[in-house]
Amino acid sequence: MAELMKVLGIWLGAYFTLSIFSFLYKDNPFYKLAEQIFVGLSAGYWLIYTIYNILVPNLFNLLFTDFAHNWLLLIPMLLGIMMLLRIIPSAQWLSRYPIALMVGTTAAIYMLLSFKSDFLAQIAATMVNPFKFSSPVDVVGTILLIVGVLCGVYFFYFSKKQEGVFAIPSKIGIWFLMVSFGASFGYTVMARISLLIGRLDFLLRDWLHIIK
Amino acid sequence: MKRIVLPLLLALLSVGIGGVVPSAAPFSAEDAPWDDGTAVVLAWNLDPLRTSLSLQKADSLGIFQEISNEFALTGGYKDSGLEADAEYRYRLVAYNKDRSDSVSFTAHATTRQQWFSMQKLSLLILLAMICGAILYYIFHARRGKNLFIRRISGLDSMEEAIGRATEKGKPILFVPGISDLGDIQTIAALNILNHLALKSAEYGTELLVPCRFSMVLSAARETVKEAYLQAGRPDAYREEKIFYVTDDQFGFVAGVDGIMLREQPAANFFLGAFWAESLILTETGFGTGAIQTAGTGQPHQIPFFVVSCDYTLIGEELYAASAYLSRDPQQLGSLKGHDFGKLLVIILVLTGIVMEMAGQGWFKQFIAGGN
Repeated sequence: MAELMKVLGIWLGAYFTLSIFSFLYKDNPFYKLAEQIFVGLSAGYWLIYTIYNILVPNLFNLLFTDFAHNWLLLIPMLLGIMMLLRIIPSAQWLSRYPIALMVGTTAAIYMLLSFKSDFLAQIAATMVNPFKFSSPVDVVGTILLIVGVLCGVYFFYFSKKQEGVFAIPSKIGIWFLMVSFGASFGYTVMARISLLIGRLDFLLRDWLHIIK
Repeated sequence: MKRIVLPLLLALLSVGIGGVVPSAAPFSAEDAPWDDGTAVVLAWNLDPLRTSLSLQKADSLGIFQEISNEFALTGGYKDSGLEADAEYRYRLVAYNKDRSDSVSFTAHATTRQQWFSMQKLSLLILLAMICGAILYYIFHARRGKNLFIRRISGLDSMEEAIGRATEKGKPILFVPGISDLGDIQTIAALNILNHLALKSAEYGTELLVPCRFSMVLSAARETVKEAYLQAGRPDAYREEKIFYVTDDQFGFVAGVDGIMLREQPAANFFLGAFWAESLILTETGFGTGAIQTAGTGQPHQIPFFVVSCDYTLIGEELYAASAYLSRDPQQLGSLKGHDFGKLLVIILVLTGIVMEMAGQGWFKQFIAGGN
């Protein structure tokens, strides 16, 4: 039975892989079916996952087994119920409170986190004396780092028209950004190719047994 | 006032000089100042005959275990990751050259939590400066002062895209990223959605908003509904056009791809946080011939948007978009405040480099947090 299920799983995997690949030609019924099964299956999977891995262990179990120490969980539970009230038109307005709370706390938490890690840490990391290095490569690299950071930041300065002399650092900044995007593009494409190889490996090894 | 300022200045100096100050006594242990009570600072000053050492800490049974043996005649060590309000005992054993003779010193310290972490003083000062600038510009803008914002071509294209969809009688697709409401990029995307929904209500163009998470769905519905009300077209608002697809990343992408192929929107907007699915989405949109505008703060995804979209908002432009589009004084003031922050970054970096060249490392240490 287990062997049959394994074979069935491989055949289904191969069928859906080919159905998704068929989109490379054009939209067709095989792709549509695969897409809709994928969307429906994943929505159902995440619903069950949320209930059994988030709601049950983090809320219901704690409330039912040790209410005295976990009664504060009633607050997020109440906020969750307020969100669900969206389905009742007359009580829809109540869902705005959890949304507002979520947006406000998110902004506040991220402001502090980003300020420390993205702002101060990166400013400090750019404060380097380029001439402290003995190797010319390091000296040039550090100068490029400093120029790139300063011009890159200036590119996003919106309060000044970028014309005349003020356009120069901005243009240098966008060049630095584009070079970094190019490098990032190449790097990510390489990673995607490995995903394709993984799929082809599945088709040729597990399904067709062409590769041993 | 003096009682507050003087200790602050002294602490700032201690942060600037460094976390561990050499001791005049042979061996000392003190609670690390201005922290959350999780570190002890050890310092020693040995006689010149000593050539190696063993720094030890007593464990729960009182047995000394070595924590460092890095030698310095005058040195220090910061023992971190400790429990607050607990006593810790240390021993320093210093040896002579052939280890035939040794001296041993013991010291103890109790960790104490302080109200203020002086390591984060730079964070407080800069945060206060930037928040102050934002508030100043918001009040300035509210008083009616005209605030200049330079042209951002990616945002100017929005009108063009909406106009094209209206002319063709086809819908506009807006994807507010695939992150939850806990991501600041999603919030920025919803701000843009507000403007877009306002325009679509004015022009009577259908707006489709597929969402990956329930919280985003609720927020997007509120945003669009508000915009339709603002435009005086509450009757045109259709809740079912802002819909949930699935929580699964690639399931969501498959669903949105299907929508693009079947509904054939004339304008696609992909604004918010995107990951590996960015190229799949925009390639499909490109194939349908839609005018595409994308923007994200994810540096690794911007290249994919650049190659496959007509207009791309790079990083910060996504956050500036809402202010730029709405010209709302409050948001414009906030954007001007951010610009002040960018100028501050440039000034701080340049100052830091000059200080480093002058051998004044305390400035960089202060900015970095003094650890």
